[in-house]
Amino acid sequence: MPEDKAGPGASGPPPWPVRWLKAFGAFWWDFLVSDTPELLIGALVVIGLVALLAKAASVNAAAVVAFPAGVAVLLGGSVYLARRPKR
Amino acid sequence: MHPTTSAVTLAVAVFLASAVESVEALTIIVAAGVSRGWRSALEGMAVAIAVLAVLVAALGPALVDLVPIDVLRTVVGTLLLVFGLQWLRKAVLRAVGLKAKHDEDAIFKKHVDALGGTTGGVAARTGRDPAGFAVAFKGTFLEGLEVVIIVLGLGGGDHQLALAGAAAGAAIVVVAGVGLVVARQLASVPENTMKTVVGLMLVSFGTFWAGEGLGVRWPGSDVAILVLVGVYGVVTLALMQLLRGASRPAREAASA
Repeated sequence: MPEDKAGPGASGPPPWPVRWLKAFGAFWWDFLVSDTPELLIGALVVIGLVALLAKAASVNAAAVVAFPAGVAVLLGGSVYLARRPKR
Repeated sequence: MHPTTSAVTLAVAVFLASAVESVEALTIIVAAGVSRGWRSALEGMAVAIAVLAVLVAALGPALVDLVPIDVLRTVVGTLLLVFGLQWLRKAVLRAVGLKAKHDEDAIFKKHVDALGGTTGGVAARTGRDPAGFAVAFKGTFLEGLEVVIIVLGLGGGDHQLALAGAAAGAAIVVVAGVGLVVARQLASVPENTMKTVVGLMLVSFGTFWAGEGLGVRWPGSDVAILVLVGVYGVVTLALMQLLRGASRPAREAASA
């Protein structure tokens, strides 16, 4: 007798909370990461450095310069990555 | 900076960002309306707007009242910074021809094709259509959600939710009005220029608020936002010039 593929063990569509969570996660992934993970990671690194400068080291002037400089480097780096031919 | 100047800068940023997202939503709604019937498309749009309004009403005051301002500014600033950098990167790549321009006509055609309709002679359809409803709802909801995040981010970070909401509402009304008049001539909106300006503003506000949340004391207080817009504007233009200069010899070699 052939095996019934749609037997009791077969999985149907996931319940709506799972689908909703997946769609919610997919939206935020697309919103924040998409095809440029370097921007999210780089922004978090820059913000971490600025937090260290502003709070731990209390070097406000350095933080004021480092924040926009870091963001500018991040933008330039991401554009450079996009320019490189994909292998 | 005078509080009025700060408020105007915020309102302009929200207005432009909301206008860009509204054009994208309008493209999808018109595609659904033309190919599957206007009744379902407009119903899908209306339900999505109602759901978004409930979200704003529920989350807006809670964000402002319950979350400490430094935490709110750091989180919102980080979100705006990342989102703005994505816009700015795309704008630079599009400006120098390394990425295709956002073609609203192509998006319109793609949605019409996906819905299995044609653009001629179908406008007379008036019955309910689940596919048309779903596409219009999804398009309005997703693009609208980005507007909501921008409104809550920019408005909540500066305790100017009402102003940010009004600016977004004005942008939606203007785009809808223009949409009624020009309907399918959506490609005429200079989207890349708008995206560059919006990207600059989002990155500048993001830097400013994340910095404030982390304890950075910006020289000149709110005036620093305008300085940041100028600095990032110069960097963006320099990147565009650099890339145009770098790609010119390659193009000349290819055409020789």
